[in-house]
Amino acid sequence: MAKKEKRFIFAAVLFAALLGTGTTVSAMHIMEGYLPPGYCIAWGIASMPFLVAGFLKIKKLLAENHRNITLVAMSGAFIFVISSLKIPSLTGSCSHMTGTGLGAILFGPSAVSILGIIVLVFQAILLAHGGLTTLGANTFSMAIAGPFISYCIYKTCQKFKASKHISIFLAASIGDLSTYCITSLQLALAHNASGGIMVSFLKFLGVFAPTQLPLAILEGILTVLIIMALETYGTQELMEIGFIRKETSK
Amino acid sequence: MKSKNKKITIALLLAAALIIIIPLFALKGAGFGGSDDAGSVMVEEITGKYEPWFTPVLEQALNGEIPGEIESLVFCIQTGIGVGIIAFCLGRLVERKHQESLRDKE
Repeated sequence: MAKKEKRFIFAAVLFAALLGTGTTVSAMHIMEGYLPPGYCIAWGIASMPFLVAGFLKIKKLLAENHRNITLVAMSGAFIFVISSLKIPSLTGSCSHMTGTGLGAILFGPSAVSILGIIVLVFQAILLAHGGLTTLGANTFSMAIAGPFISYCIYKTCQKFKASKHISIFLAASIGDLSTYCITSLQLALAHNASGGIMVSFLKFLGVFAPTQLPLAILEGILTVLIIMALETYGTQELMEIGFIRKETSK
Repeated sequence: MKSKNKKITIALLLAAALIIIIPLFALKGAGFGGSDDAGSVMVEEITGKYEPWFTPVLEQALNGEIPGEIESLVFCIQTGIGVGIIAFCLGRLVERKHQESLRDKE
């Protein structure tokens, strides 16, 4: 099982790497062909180190304890489910959540880059959603920057002794929102013919952010729910990855 | 602790459902198109006419857009794979806890 999974992850990475120098980075679903080639390659290269780190991190998690596969698989599956659901929002258009907060909180941000790119490749090939040329940029925003911000927020909240569930909620929802902020920035860097980067950035943000806001809250709620389920039934697994301290659990 | 968790869970699920349902009824007749598409529209607005320099591989192979029903099929498959894995893992954990508590009683 683990071997198969490893092979699958490796194949996904290899495949992405083969698609031109760096299409392995990802931003949140920029449409196929909507970034000039130079940007595609640049974002791909930028994501590379994170993907390598993520691959090693997952390898290490599985080597440390074979049973960690349960949580890794669940975090990956969570991204699969969450990013397949298009949710209506108050702006009258639909968007979907990222689901990357859960993995980032449990394993740290690097591992999520691998889990996220699997979903992005799936959607780019089978759904014409996002794209192979924009995979690098999409990976960077959804599978790297978003989880990274989630992780930082979670750690900061923990430092200030905020309640665990509130920290998780904030981390997941702000991480989701920032994914779209990064996407706006990526689009603005490439498309700023009228008025400069800042104007474009705000314009793109105006398209994504209001739609995403309620969804970010939803993502926070769902992430808290699944963590609550894991705390009840998967105490041992959470202890093994150090999410719950051994002495505090019963 | 246990019943408090139960209450929180129910409240959170309700809140989640409301977030999804309210826009649907508050904005009757809205198109609910994808915000990713809205992004591409904005690109055209900023740069003038923009021709994407690459079309999705599947659309290329099909010589056109993926039919709507097929698209929702693939989305369902994606959801199904994810839910399957989560349910399988969670089911194992729940059953394990159940067995443990049975063993403790003995």
